[in-house]
Amino acid sequence: MTLRKYLVLLAVIIFGSTGDSFLSRGMKQVGAIDIHHISSIFTAVANPWVILGIFFLLGFMSSYMTALSFADLTFVLPATAISYINMTLISIFWLHEHVSPQRWAGVALIVAGVGLVAGGPSRTERPPEAVPGSSALQEQR
Amino acid sequence: MRVFYTWACIACTVCFAAAGDVLLALAMSRIGDLGDLRREHGILAVVTRVLSSGALFGGVFFMALAFFSNLVGLSWADLSLMGPASAALTFVTNAVCAKFFLHENVDRRRWFATLFVCSGVVLLTRS
Repeated sequence: MTLRKYLVLLAVIIFGSTGDSFLSRGMKQVGAIDIHHISSIFTAVANPWVILGIFFLLGFMSSYMTALSFADLTFVLPATAISYINMTLISIFWLHEHVSPQRWAGVALIVAGVGLVAGGPSRTERPPEAVPGSSALQEQR
Repeated sequence: MRVFYTWACIACTVCFAAAGDVLLALAMSRIGDLGDLRREHGILAVVTRVLSSGALFGGVFFMALAFFSNLVGLSWADLSLMGPASAALTFVTNAVCAKFFLHENVDRRRWFATLFVCSGVVLLTRS
């Protein structure tokens, strides 16, 4: 794992949790959407927080795809679960919510899970694929 | 009946999310490291390779289905049930699917990490 790859994982964490928080704030301003007037969901897209949230979630998607290009799914998912902790911190400092001891226990479990997976390899080792002509090269050697 | 619909929505969300993640992971592992690809062939090659992947579009399609089934579930059930149930079950389902469909090496360390994270998510979202 290089610094660039850690930065990609950090981008997944930051873009994902911040985008969700912006969407949540925007949707609270817009209010509840009636299931019988589902078209009113399009008015939500005009909300600046929702627009900002969508931009952050586009950043999340591109960094998530980049992370999956160099690491296993079973590495990326637990490693980026730290975004739940980021969301907890946002809820404390930005939304001024109370965080119970039960929540802190949840944070500790996630940190333990992330620590476990981060200590292992990021990619499953596979035997090199047969390249056309490689057997002929080996025979020549 | 409402309980049945809620759990049907949770099951749909989990299955669609797992299918989306697995297809996306399959597409990106086939394409290869995007950083290396960009260095060797340029950004245009990266965009062309990504946009020509059928598995990637399949993954995005299933993720969209997961998003909408989650929304429908939220109209019937509380977030305190939908959130932890779908997130925790998706973590475990992804690990199982990654082992059997992507042939990833899901060793004991990754199983424990997955279980720790799902327990943590349940605690975070239920409190």
